[in-house]
Amino acid sequence: MNLQQTQKQIDDYADQNYKYGFETLIESERSEKGLNEDTIKFISAKKKEPQWMLDWRLKSFAKWKTMQDPTWANINFPKIDYQNIYYFSAPKGFENKPKSLDEVDPKLLETYKKLGIPLQEQKVLAGVAVDAVFDSVSVATTYKGELEKLGIIFCSISEAIQDHPELIKKYLGSVIPPGDHKFSALNSAVFTDGSFVYVPENVHCPIELSTYFRINAEETGQFERTLIIAEKGSYVSYLEGCTAPKRDTNQLHAANVELIALDNAEIKYSTVQNWYPGDEDGKGGIYNFVTKRGICKGVNSKISWTQVETGSAITWKYPSCILKGDNSIGEFYSVAVTNNFQQADTGTKMTHIGKNTKSKIISKGISLGKSQNTYRGMVKFLKNSDKSRNYTQCDSLLVGNECGAHTIPYIDSKNNSAVVEHEASTSKINEDQLYYCRQRGISHEDAVSLIVNGFCKQVLQELPMEFAVEAQKLVSISLEGSVG
Amino acid sequence: MFLSIKNLTVSIENKRILNNFSLNMNEGEIHSIMGPNGSGKSTLAHVLAGKEDYEILEGEIIFKDKNLLDLNIEERSQLGLFLAFQYPVEIPGVNITPFLKSSLNAKLKLEGKPEIDALKFAKELKTLASELGIPLEMLSRSVNEGFSGGEKKRYEILQMSILKPSLSILDETDSGLDVDALKTVMEGVNKIKNDNSSFLIITHYKKLLDYITPDFVHVIKDGTIVKTGDKSIAQQIETEGYKNL
Repeated sequence: MNLQQTQKQIDDYADQNYKYGFETLIESERSEKGLNEDTIKFISAKKKEPQWMLDWRLKSFAKWKTMQDPTWANINFPKIDYQNIYYFSAPKGFENKPKSLDEVDPKLLETYKKLGIPLQEQKVLAGVAVDAVFDSVSVATTYKGELEKLGIIFCSISEAIQDHPELIKKYLGSVIPPGDHKFSALNSAVFTDGSFVYVPENVHCPIELSTYFRINAEETGQFERTLIIAEKGSYVSYLEGCTAPKRDTNQLHAANVELIALDNAEIKYSTVQNWYPGDEDGKGGIYNFVTKRGICKGVNSKISWTQVETGSAITWKYPSCILKGDNSIGEFYSVAVTNNFQQADTGTKMTHIGKNTKSKIISKGISLGKSQNTYRGMVKFLKNSDKSRNYTQCDSLLVGNECGAHTIPYIDSKNNSAVVEHEASTSKINEDQLYYCRQRGISHEDAVSLIVNGFCKQVLQELPMEFAVEAQKLVSISLEGSVG
Repeated sequence: MFLSIKNLTVSIENKRILNNFSLNMNEGEIHSIMGPNGSGKSTLAHVLAGKEDYEILEGEIIFKDKNLLDLNIEERSQLGLFLAFQYPVEIPGVNITPFLKSSLNAKLKLEGKPEIDALKFAKELKTLASELGIPLEMLSRSVNEGFSGGEKKRYEILQMSILKPSLSILDETDSGLDVDALKTVMEGVNKIKNDNSSFLIITHYKKLLDYITPDFVHVIKDGTIVKTGDKSIAQQIETEGYKNL
């Protein structure tokens, strides 16, 4: 059977299912399983999108159909069955929603407790129906007013498509073209929600924008799409993700995040990712296939990525910077912790186009259990990127004997004046350090956590204060059980 | 008995280091262990602290009525045993304040006491540091990272002063110290000394004993004590060496 026939059969099968399930579909607020044009039309219709948006999605879908899964990463997983996935599911069905914390998995609550998350927030995170009187709601409204006064737009991408079509048309897909690779095409076709930020000229956003302040987006889909635009001379810091495990059971998570920084603008993007990593035997967990890319479009602009990755069965993620404007700066700070059977292949790509551009990469990988942790980075200097520089530092820490750490840096320079520095180290957790800590009465497990957090400090201190504290706790929690 | 080491035989990588070693200590006493290189001095310190590289072939250690060999490293520490390292270890990225605080809190927890107040702790740390001639700037650095030999030793004594152990083992604390540094360090030790604290001072040379007066001096050779006496033994070693002992 050739490919076309197979595709047709899949389509037919999906169509059949689709018809069969249509009636229940409205009640359950869920699209039928599988991916075809009808799925995309369904999503677009659900969101009452204009025709141009639907056309864009369908074009992306057409591209997707011609593409292959990327295979170059150092990860192993069974072939994804795209027809066995639900692509749209409205916020968790009310019938499934736990009515009180008593109905929530106590293990989950224990984790929240360790993270020091307030009870009200625990309820939101666990998906408990929260009554209208919720502190953050008023907080959100207060800030929303303040942001509006400054002309900052901070809303869901769905709202932005309705209310700011000119910005969406101009920028969506301008940094990550839908046809970039298979997952970006997929996201472009089926993205369900995500955040939209627009900071006008010379405005310094006074608060850290985070999804905490936009409660309605707390359950964005598996295919989220985020777009941040910083106009000339503006500044914004955006925090993504929450530090608690999400209760998602879906497997594939393919988000796209695009950042655009114009002249003299700065965007700081921080992520703490703690999706479900699967159990001790490597069963289950999220495939986190995320594409994040920012463009320093204007002169003297700056984009800084900071990520703390502790979750997901597989993390495949390379937050990147295109340094187009002269004197622009790209930074990437990363901590990736893998335990049990987790796999991470993460790093960054810095593309120097403009003159006198600078990039800095600090990557800290910690491997435990039977996990595999790979840093993969590409630093590229194009022909006209005179006097540009890159500094890369990759450190790996191994805990135990069955894990792996890999560092794969690519450097590609078409300009003779480029300066590249690369430092890399791989070490095992030092027994003498452990002995020293324990001699001071610090338990073995706490000692490991102390040493690992010290190892990550360079990156953690890039996070906004209150986030850094949570990230530290999270790193400690993900190390738990690593000590025999 | 506060500390009783009975017929202890220890090997590492099939090599016997301690051989039928016995030693008794009462609360509040200061004992000094002297001996040539390779006689087993440092091994004794690490075996007491619980370092896991050693194989205990025979013997027992009772410390404060507990069988020490049944306890792991941190449990021994929490029981009041402190080892001032000959080569203190660098822990990059870990600041001394949270490090010592978790150390102290672990001990307080065991004693059923509440955690120490952060402000009070910071104040105490500062006071003790300046007494030991440690610049306050050093308190904001990572544990031992980039410290000179002398700074590291002072840092050990600072930790000792904070944790107030009942048994302090000083493993060649004098090595790598100039006279002035040794003086400050030993002044620090003398400050901690009281009726409830005991010291086991391991050293090569008599020099250190100019600053602290041990109740007993033991000479160790080939993993066992060959002579016990008072401070005068140190003088004898200084002039005649270890050969005649």
